[in-house]
Amino acid sequence: MALDQSFVGRTYPPTAPYEVGREKIREFAEAVGETNPVYTDPEAAKAFGYSDVIAPPTFVFSITFRAAAQVVEDPQLGLDYSRVVHGDQKFAYVRPVRAGDRLTVTSTIEAIKSLAGNDVLDIRGEVHDEAGEHVVTAWTKLVARAAEEA
Amino acid sequence: MTAKIAYDEIEVGTVLPAQTFPVTRATLVRYAGASGDFNPIHWNEKFAKEVGLPDVIAHGMFTMAEAIRVVTDWVGDPGAVVEYGVRFTKPVVVPNDDQGALIEVSGKIGAKLDDNTVRVDLTAMSAGQKVLGMSRAVVRLA
Repeated sequence: MALDQSFVGRTYPPTAPYEVGREKIREFAEAVGETNPVYTDPEAAKAFGYSDVIAPPTFVFSITFRAAAQVVEDPQLGLDYSRVVHGDQKFAYVRPVRAGDRLTVTSTIEAIKSLAGNDVLDIRGEVHDEAGEHVVTAWTKLVARAAEEA
Repeated sequence: MTAKIAYDEIEVGTVLPAQTFPVTRATLVRYAGASGDFNPIHWNEKFAKEVGLPDVIAHGMFTMAEAIRVVTDWVGDPGAVVEYGVRFTKPVVVPNDDQGALIEVSGKIGAKLDDNTVRVDLTAMSAGQKVLGMSRAVVRLA
């Protein structure tokens, strides 16, 4: 069944702050094979002009996706998560995420489409730091594949 | 922000150094832990096949994280990335053997934009298939 179009434009409450830790960044950087010391060595990060180590560009997805779960699991929306695949992902950065950031995410449903029986959901996540400054925006397109005929 | 590449020295069509990233089951388990994405299609072969996949597949976000390294290794400062977007077109299938899979990433300058920024168009292939589409990054150069 197609998703309710009236959910387009709906914004969910901001998430509780996620505190970005140096060692979490290190763990993520190592998991993707990164060797740039800007991710692991605070002195190297300072040489690049950052107050502490920064996170690889896609790190923030772990935080925005958790926030998007509010949307995905909204019983009123009724998305069948077992059929969901990740279609597109985009980020626009004001500045890199860095250790010590306390980040909140505000998720908005930007679009709902039905294509060949698949539900396509566009979610925008606005990420702000503790001072309320905008850090990055993440756009996530989720595709719920059509259920097979019974 | 201290990019080591000068905007004036770059032309449309300039090719970035290509890189190949190996991915094994161990890589995926490690990425699952680091990212918090424990979807069993990325580590449980039985589950993956039950939902119609050929085998365990890599996290799309893992492939996205690897592809941008061609840009960040080239520019030096990862904070120079202003925008980055991809479409997940095909899964990276990761067999349970010593070799796993390879993700081959190449990139070239697609456009010179305002404010010392350039658009890098990335191509990511695995087992002869294009695994990312519309893969583009906007980067601020020196």
